[in-house]
Amino acid sequence: MASITRYETRTLECWPKAKELRMSFYKEVARARELGKILVSGGSAVIQALPAGLGDYIFLGGEPYAASVSTDMAFQQSCSEAVEARGFAQDMCGYVRMYLGSMYRNQFFFGGEFPRPHFCLQMTVCDSQGKWFQQVSEHLGIPYFSIDYPGSRNGDDWYDRGIKYLVDQFNEAIEWMEKVTGRTYNDELLIQAVRNECMSTSLWADVCCLNKNVPAPLEHKSMFPLWVIGVMMRPRKDAVDFYSILRDEVRERVKKGIAALPVEQCRIMDDNIPPWFMLEMYRYLERYGAVAVGSHHTFFLAGSFETGPDGSLVRARTPDERGLPLRTREDALRAYAIWHMEKHFFSDQFSSEVLPKPEMFVRTVREWKCDCAIIHQNRGCEGNSQGGAEDRLALLHAGIPVLTYEGNMVDKRELNMVQIKERFDSFMENMGVRKIKD
Amino acid sequence: MKIFDRFQEVIDKRHEYARDWKARTGGKVFGNMCIYVPQEIIYAAGILPVRILGSHETQDVAESHIHQMFCPFCRDVLAQGLQGRYDYLDGMVMAQTCLHMHQAFNVWQIYKPVLYSYFLSMPSPVSHKCDEFFTAEIKSFKESLEKHLGSPVEPADLKRSMEVYHTNRSLLRKIYDLRKKEKPPISGTEAAQMMLAGLIMDKEEHNKLLVELYENIKGKNEGPEEEIRLMLLGSENDDIEFIKLVEEQGAKIVIDDICTGSRNFWNNTTLKGDPIADLAAAYVNMPPCSIKNIGARPGFKHTMDLAKEYRVQGVIYAIQKFCDTYQFDFPAMEALFKEQNIPILHLEFDVTLAVGQVKNRVEAFLEMLRVSAFELV
Repeated sequence: MASITRYETRTLECWPKAKELRMSFYKEVARARELGKILVSGGSAVIQALPAGLGDYIFLGGEPYAASVSTDMAFQQSCSEAVEARGFAQDMCGYVRMYLGSMYRNQFFFGGEFPRPHFCLQMTVCDSQGKWFQQVSEHLGIPYFSIDYPGSRNGDDWYDRGIKYLVDQFNEAIEWMEKVTGRTYNDELLIQAVRNECMSTSLWADVCCLNKNVPAPLEHKSMFPLWVIGVMMRPRKDAVDFYSILRDEVRERVKKGIAALPVEQCRIMDDNIPPWFMLEMYRYLERYGAVAVGSHHTFFLAGSFETGPDGSLVRARTPDERGLPLRTREDALRAYAIWHMEKHFFSDQFSSEVLPKPEMFVRTVREWKCDCAIIHQNRGCEGNSQGGAEDRLALLHAGIPVLTYEGNMVDKRELNMVQIKERFDSFMENMGVRKIKD
Repeated sequence: MKIFDRFQEVIDKRHEYARDWKARTGGKVFGNMCIYVPQEIIYAAGILPVRILGSHETQDVAESHIHQMFCPFCRDVLAQGLQGRYDYLDGMVMAQTCLHMHQAFNVWQIYKPVLYSYFLSMPSPVSHKCDEFFTAEIKSFKESLEKHLGSPVEPADLKRSMEVYHTNRSLLRKIYDLRKKEKPPISGTEAAQMMLAGLIMDKEEHNKLLVELYENIKGKNEGPEEEIRLMLLGSENDDIEFIKLVEEQGAKIVIDDICTGSRNFWNNTTLKGDPIADLAAAYVNMPPCSIKNIGARPGFKHTMDLAKEYRVQGVIYAIQKFCDTYQFDFPAMEALFKEQNIPILHLEFDVTLAVGQVKNRVEAFLEMLRVSAFELV
């Protein structure tokens, strides 16, 4: 019988810090008005740094909040019921349903009443994003501003046109924010927030790239609480500081051969948003020594990448590293627009190019040295599920085994864990991967 | 009336029509998806733009390319492409709307590539800079098309094309205005036939039929008494059988606010100034599909104005299953209509019509409306 390599494992030292950051963030959200902060709410994928010039503020991103809500089955159900009672369909965006449900019930998941934002700020990325905060604005009677994402990759000038379009809208948004808050915008604060956001997303990308190593120093389930810091608070200094510490610690783990799992028989590239209320599925895979090393969503939502000199994906160089000026408001807005235009999360999924994501998926499988892929056909998110069927076909065409399962990132009614486990078992058996523990 | 037979014939034999047009004119045919494609540019290049409509047939070819959580219409459209029904197309153009249709377009390009394809980024009308952005986008599209054809789209041809489309929209508007009458001279079914044929036909040919139709019906003032006046509201709806079913229950659809109906022509170009900027402004400011109904929901005012102008007694909100954006809009839309004491019936459509179920629901809805009307009297 072939011997199995066993690796040393160790809990991340900075793990408690991630939890502390997240909890204190939500406490701050709950007390924002009391603390004299501007509370902004919107989609967390974009433009969190823009309100920074208003002074002390905090950005309640809809998605991570909704993900938290869904982890409590009773709360999740009550939110679904509240939304459906108002006439919204069950198959709508899951994150929207959790957030709106919490709002309609006037119950904040982290305690107390639902915090009332001063205004909503949104970018029209996926179908739901533009509409989501329309509902919030109307229900709470608060102002709402939407920015259009330039998905065009047409013509020789698409890049400059897209940047100009974003910068123009950013300027409109700033003027609007000053009007609705009565505050004078401070460009220095904007510059710092943009700098922080670029640094934290670059650092997260670096962390993700370290998972190309064998054994993987991190596994996907444990990555989520680390990743969510970038999703929730990337324009803040504490996010930059945390990711610096995390990156250094993960580098050390790689140097010392410290693994996420003691046995690594199979490396998996995951896809889509996981069912947040059922993350134990990753522990089930571990019974096979199967480690999920990341996903397009985890890498590219909170991380910014570029292609390195050897053609592989590496962290994106920050504006400072690229020599882009960051002295004025225009500099900062331009750098911010460039950062968004070049972010794979948008260009792979929401641009005019014909399905770039399948190619990127195959690329990440190869670069992260994966043996296979698992795709969650997530009924709760059309944005991340679009093109999923073509992702699967592209992987198969590339000779990469792939398992798909149907579910919902926030709705327990649409996930059958018994069936999914059976699928995992069959898949592993077909891959020739034997269980190492029951 | 023979004109409606002609419209229905074009709809039923859309592929034959397109092939015949190619043979007659020597021109090319481009498929297009959704309402925001600036067709005038295509037409100016001597190309016939044809809207890809539903087949309303079950299929099993699209499911391995688009998950079933996406709308039936986008899967129906893709299936037709994969089945080769549109193999005569020389190109395809789409302007950004929803992810569902975007998927259908993308997958079509992979498996049934056409000689020319283009995806325009269509802004949501949230910024003062939208017009400028879309003007640049249309210019880029025009340049790309010219490069593909190896010849420019001449200003005179663009002017002519815009005039043809301008006339088409004006005529449709005139005909729709007649539906405000107590006894509308055409039914909702006939209006749908007229509209859908127009999405497939050469606009010049369509214009000739519209002129003839208008002359025939402008003085008409006859029809059944006491028909309930309905509005059809939603996204894409090319299901003429459904409209017929509704009207057979003693109702008349007097107006619509749908992507295959009045949204196509309600706003018009001005034919003044820079033609590309004129086009961009007209398309950006169209009564919006719900995905573009962002911000203060400008589309709602338009819908309510239509309901008032056409003295609508009830609304049928007919959407594709799994359509997030129209689902988002429904509660607010329902509340607005409730304020006006206009009941609304919410229906979700699949590729084929569940005739029995839909008929029951429509019948019950109309009964309720009749009782309400009786009580008001």
